[in-house]
Amino acid sequence: MASSFTEHRARAAGGRPWPRTARTLERAFLYVAAIAVAVAIMAPFLWLVISSVASGADLLARPLRWLPTHASFDRYVKIFTSMQPGESAFTFRHALVNSLKVAAGSVGISMAVGVFAAYAFARLRFVGRNALALLFLTTYMLPPIALVIPLYLIMGHLHLRDTVSGLVLIYCSFITPYVIWIMKGYFEAIPVELEEAAMVDGASRIGSLFRVILPLSAPGLVTTFIFSLLLAWDEFLYALIMTSSVNAKTIPVAIAEFSGAHMIDYGMMAAGGVLAALPPVLITLILQKQIISGLTAGAVKG
Amino acid sequence: MTSSAPGAPRRLRTGQTRTLLLASALILPSIMIIFGVIIYPLLRALYLSLFEYSLTKVSHPFIGLGNYAHILSTPAFWASIERTLYFTLVSTAAELVLGLLVALLLNQEFYGRGVLRALIIIPWALPTMVNGMMWRWIDNADYGALNALLTQLHLIPEYRPWLSTPMSAMNMVIIADVWKMTPLVTLLILASLQTIPRSLYESSSLDGAGRWRTFWSIVFPYLKPTILIVLVVRTMEAFKVFDIIFMMTRGGPANGTLTVAYYTYVEAFSNLQLGSGAALSYLIALFILGFAMIYVRLLQTGDN
Repeated sequence: MASSFTEHRARAAGGRPWPRTARTLERAFLYVAAIAVAVAIMAPFLWLVISSVASGADLLARPLRWLPTHASFDRYVKIFTSMQPGESAFTFRHALVNSLKVAAGSVGISMAVGVFAAYAFARLRFVGRNALALLFLTTYMLPPIALVIPLYLIMGHLHLRDTVSGLVLIYCSFITPYVIWIMKGYFEAIPVELEEAAMVDGASRIGSLFRVILPLSAPGLVTTFIFSLLLAWDEFLYALIMTSSVNAKTIPVAIAEFSGAHMIDYGMMAAGGVLAALPPVLITLILQKQIISGLTAGAVKG
Repeated sequence: MTSSAPGAPRRLRTGQTRTLLLASALILPSIMIIFGVIIYPLLRALYLSLFEYSLTKVSHPFIGLGNYAHILSTPAFWASIERTLYFTLVSTAAELVLGLLVALLLNQEFYGRGVLRALIIIPWALPTMVNGMMWRWIDNADYGALNALLTQLHLIPEYRPWLSTPMSAMNMVIIADVWKMTPLVTLLILASLQTIPRSLYESSSLDGAGRWRTFWSIVFPYLKPTILIVLVVRTMEAFKVFDIIFMMTRGGPANGTLTVAYYTYVEAFSNLQLGSGAALSYLIALFILGFAMIYVRLLQTGDN
């Protein structure tokens, strides 16, 4: 399918194939490069996974043993069972739960609110439409550092610091504009005629939105949902400033604090990291096609 | 637009009014969120930036543009800008070059290409803080995998504290960032590589153009819009770098990785100078919005 240089070069020389040694060399180079890329991608992550199951002695050995002599899933078990407040495993579990709550809440609200706004921007013609759409895009691009100081004061007044709901509210500030911007693109790609046909048949605009547009844009909704979850799961600065206890601390904050401690249990840190990485990595691998098309949709014209 | 029949001005007007009403109803909830958590805080920050607002003091005198003037005359601020520019330039350039090379590789046909394309998304999917933690552990001075690997390959005689000198720490942070973000660049470039019509390559090889010339005369012009967008987006992202710095170096050693976002964080939440922190954050936001405008322009010219 993809146009390969090699083939065309072969054809270029008047249909004669290249001298065989040159071609073999080139194939060899291709495979060496491919293997190098694969190793560069996998080795760091694999080392994190190995570190999470290797025994402490293995991790601190010099010279380092790449394959641990003792491996166990004890640290994972500990994270899921620890009842000891103050223990890192205990903090990790609560942070994972908080991260899930914050992601679910903020993505839920943002999708519910943003999808309708996106529809209005895509389909309705009204005064100030373009200016407003641009405003939403710019707000999405604002760096968190620009908002964190006033939000810190506001959340203090509202007594929402160190609460999951406070974080949910703040995360809507970047997820809602994101949902609007992406879903607007998906809605615009659906032919207007389909909707008009439904309205001729007596459906109202809202009715046709629910019965025609939303089902047709299901793949877009899924992609947007996933990307929003990843955004929420990844956020760090707001969570760092707003949270201070296991009440609301999210997983990025737990990892940061843990690695700042004086005596670091590297294995436990790695286990926490693997658990934090697992949901996004698995989702991305399973829904690869949608993710890649979502990633490239905005940036590539083709 | 559908409810208003042509030649019926009254119905047209009610149609327009109805559309406006419907649009307002659909957009209002989003507006409320944006106003509450973005517009109002932004105005509040602007107001705050005009005061000497220290969390440790009771009175917060109005000083006009004093915070801005002070920031712009502080050498430490300009040093942080310099570091941010270094980070931005080096990481964006590396991501672009590596991303392009890997995309060209993945555009060839070879056994296992599908697997490699699936694997390449993993670094991108890794949460930023996990990525930073992973590299901090790899770069560890006493037990790190990087030291182990390089000594076992006899490339360095003994373990080195990679994160303990300013320049080396900055480069290690860049490596971690490049590892995570190159896949995104690769996927974007690969997608636009695949839109190049096959016939273009063929006519170019019939002209007897070499591979190098084919790349610059056929492939590169096709990739240019994507490369431009990648450049702008990555520059915007890199300029606000904070998370990975917090994770790997906390701005140290000797402020060697203190970028402008981190500088702002320290000013506001360690020095507790919220007024001058707000002024700093405004300066960053202005810079980023400038880039955002370029980005929007690029997207719009791409559409036409």
